[in-house]
Amino acid sequence: MGASLIPVIIFTLLWGVVGIVLPFIVPKGPNRGIFQLVLILTASTCWLFWLCCYMAQMNPLIGPKLSNRTLLLMSRAWDGKVPT
Amino acid sequence: MGSLFRSEEMTLCQLFLQSEAAYACVSELGELGLVQFRDLNPDVNAFQRKFVNEVRRCDEMERKLRYLEKEIKKDNIPVTDTGENPEAPQPREMIDLEATFEKLENELREVNMNAESLKRNFLELTEVKHILRKTQVFFDEAAQGSLVSYPQMADPSREEEQVQLLGEEGMRAGGQAALKLGFVAGVILRERIPAFERMLWRACRGNVFLRQAEIETPLEDPTTGDEVYKSVFIIFFQGDQLKTRVRKICEGFRASLYPCRETPADRREMAMSVMTRIEDLNTVLGQTQDHRHRVLVAAAKNIKSWFIKVRKIKAIYHTLNLFNLDVTQKCLIAECWVPVLDMEAIQLALRRGTERSGSSVPPILNRMDTFEDPPTYNRTNKFTKAFQALVDAYGVANYREVNPAPYAIITFPFLFAVMFGDLGHGLIMFLFALYMVLKEKPLQAKKTDNEIWNIFFGGRYCLLLMGVFSMYTGIIYNDVFSISLNIFGSHWRNDYGKQLLMTHKDLTIDPKDSYLSTPYPVGLDPIWQIASNKIVFLNAFKMKVSIILGVAQMLFGVVLSLWNYRYFNKKLDIYLIFIPQVIFLCFLFLYMVILMFIKWVTYEANAMDDALKPTCAPSILITFINMVLFKPADKVAGCDPYMYGGQAGLQKLLVVVALLCVPWMLLAKPLYIMRNQKKAHLLLNNHVNAVEENGGAAHADLESGVQNAPAAQPPAHKPGSHEEEDPTELFIHSGIHTIEYVLGSVSHTASYLRLWALSLAHAQLSEVLWQMVMRLGLQAEGWLGGIMVFVMFAFWAVLTVSILVLMEGLSAFLHTLRLHWVEFQSKFYSGTGYNFSPFSFEVILDQAANSNDD
Repeated sequence: MGASLIPVIIFTLLWGVVGIVLPFIVPKGPNRGIFQLVLILTASTCWLFWLCCYMAQMNPLIGPKLSNRTLLLMSRAWDGKVPT
Repeated sequence: MGSLFRSEEMTLCQLFLQSEAAYACVSELGELGLVQFRDLNPDVNAFQRKFVNEVRRCDEMERKLRYLEKEIKKDNIPVTDTGENPEAPQPREMIDLEATFEKLENELREVNMNAESLKRNFLELTEVKHILRKTQVFFDEAAQGSLVSYPQMADPSREEEQVQLLGEEGMRAGGQAALKLGFVAGVILRERIPAFERMLWRACRGNVFLRQAEIETPLEDPTTGDEVYKSVFIIFFQGDQLKTRVRKICEGFRASLYPCRETPADRREMAMSVMTRIEDLNTVLGQTQDHRHRVLVAAAKNIKSWFIKVRKIKAIYHTLNLFNLDVTQKCLIAECWVPVLDMEAIQLALRRGTERSGSSVPPILNRMDTFEDPPTYNRTNKFTKAFQALVDAYGVANYREVNPAPYAIITFPFLFAVMFGDLGHGLIMFLFALYMVLKEKPLQAKKTDNEIWNIFFGGRYCLLLMGVFSMYTGIIYNDVFSISLNIFGSHWRNDYGKQLLMTHKDLTIDPKDSYLSTPYPVGLDPIWQIASNKIVFLNAFKMKVSIILGVAQMLFGVVLSLWNYRYFNKKLDIYLIFIPQVIFLCFLFLYMVILMFIKWVTYEANAMDDALKPTCAPSILITFINMVLFKPADKVAGCDPYMYGGQAGLQKLLVVVALLCVPWMLLAKPLYIMRNQKKAHLLLNNHVNAVEENGGAAHADLESGVQNAPAAQPPAHKPGSHEEEDPTELFIHSGIHTIEYVLGSVSHTASYLRLWALSLAHAQLSEVLWQMVMRLGLQAEGWLGGIMVFVMFAFWAVLTVSILVLMEGLSAFLHTLRLHWVEFQSKFYSGTGYNFSPFSFEVILDQAANSNDD
């Protein structure tokens, strides 16, 4: 159990580019500071929110409680067979 | 530089304008709109100022224009708005304008007066017409009736008709004595008839006879122009005494009486002449109306630009009234607040004004030093304006204070989205805002009085971001109208066999075997949407996220206060307020956040160590409460009560240090200031003593009071220094601040739980709506199902937009506003400044236009 590398890297890279790389290439102008701030804040809030959601599910302490019909359907649809 | 982070640097300027050039210069400055003039004669009342006469003339012109506008509106003539913005005319043009308006007004008044008298005449004639027509009907009826019942009485005498009209009763009376009945005819308002009748009956003791008939077509009242319904009446009576009485009553009821001939032939003749006169009047009236219409149409073409011109002139003279007159009367002196960056533009405008007025002496703009607090001026654009307005609604920033608006551009929509998170609802909001943003120009041109629409339109960029962020949080919550998307495939499987599934209705999947060991990559696993214990899982997650975001925002706020202290060069406050504040917040609340992350990482279902099994995971809240109360952690058999080694010791240390910060914040600053004050006093006393000694030696004959004079003037007269403050006041001040901060940290952290509460409420409401409404439509089968889906979808869509997007959106908006105003801004923002309100024609014209519409 734990994190899988690919989504973590992709998401961190995505928001890293928005929050760290893009602010450097904002065109010069009277609103440059505002643009940079907007990018940095967007990236940090969105990344933090995703991270919290990801980490909260990394090591689940409880499992979902489902009806037997749903469970049967899950098995059929996702695994193609019902375990015996 | 980032202009919005702090308000603009302002400077107080003195402006010398030559009398001839002053008007043109002020006009140019008004077009520019970057200068706020100060009133230099506050003790002179409005009637004693220099240009009061001109202002009065402008008021008079404005009144005439308003009269014209009213008349134009009355006739429903469209006012052409070319959108042009004429410059303020020269003062000498004022006379021309005045003459034009005077002429127009007089012409209109004359036309109106004529029209009114004509209309009154017309009304009278119409009433006479109706009287003749109706009374004729009375007489005819009576004649027929009597012919049938009393043929022998049909006798061609003059009283005949009246007798017939009175019917049987009259006959009886007629039989007793030779009667000579008089009558009056008139017209009265229909609603007055019952009272009129009663009054007549009582006053004349039943000795009069009243007949009335309604006039079907409404008549126009010439004074008010309203349509009124009237009735024709005719009253018969006997004798002169009754006649005067009846006439008086008619007068009292505002009934208009008209002479009515007694013989049918005369009446017919009268009717003919009345008809021809009405015809004549109609043509004259038509011509008058035509003339009036022509005058108004001509005026309607120019009225907007006239209004603008007059308002500009008035604004200029109002501003000139704020100026001081030089002793030589040759020049006017003004004082004004000016943004430092715009000094050039203002100089240019002044030069243009001088050139226009043909004056040779250029105006002089001097910067002045002042101790007054300058106004706060945040240069906003259409994007940042809405966010600045949200901040200003709480309080205008002090001069050069850190402005929370640029941070709110993102944090506001983000916190809103945490509460409102749903991809579908976010999309609706986003599309609505996008429509307003794309159609900005045409929508802006279409000015409406609809307040709600104006609010939405003003905050369109805020709404746009709120929609975008709601879509993002909706993806993370995996909610689209309360349905989850299974894009990446759920990371949970079913491991229960058929046997077990057949015998048990509900089963909880064990994370130990059925979980694919890595989480769903983006957002919540869709399996939770269909799980019956979804709320248990979501609550734990959302509560933690709320606290994490809350602590992050509060820490951010405290860090912003560092920017303030550094900018205003308050080194003392950094050491005595900022550092203990940060320590307090970090050691208690940031530590709690760290515990949350530790819990997420360490406890797992198939851990090797039994102490790390899910059953051993401690509650963060209980751990935190125990930590603050210095209680040992609760023991569970087979578990380690602590999450990591040395936790108990570290927690004790953290709490002790955090508690030590309280007296640090409370006492350090006042004590330090008091010590400094004492030192200063000591120095001062030494100094005064030295002066006294010297003075005593030099001027032994002087009174001691004179010598004490320096002591009476403390050197600390610099404004802004706190050396004069009373020590008790200092303590109270810092006490309030400390209590506010310490208690605030606790209550504000708890307050961020509203993020969890509202997002839970939103998710639950949309789920209930889906299950109670939309699912019903989807369950029906056959052709009925088609109809059901159609009906239910309409119902569901209306409720989704009205309740979930509008009402829930409003409530989430208000809670976000509170989080920003109270929880975030209280950490660094004092907001006791005042706004820069420059002299600008644009603002003045807008205000005038708005007040006109109301």
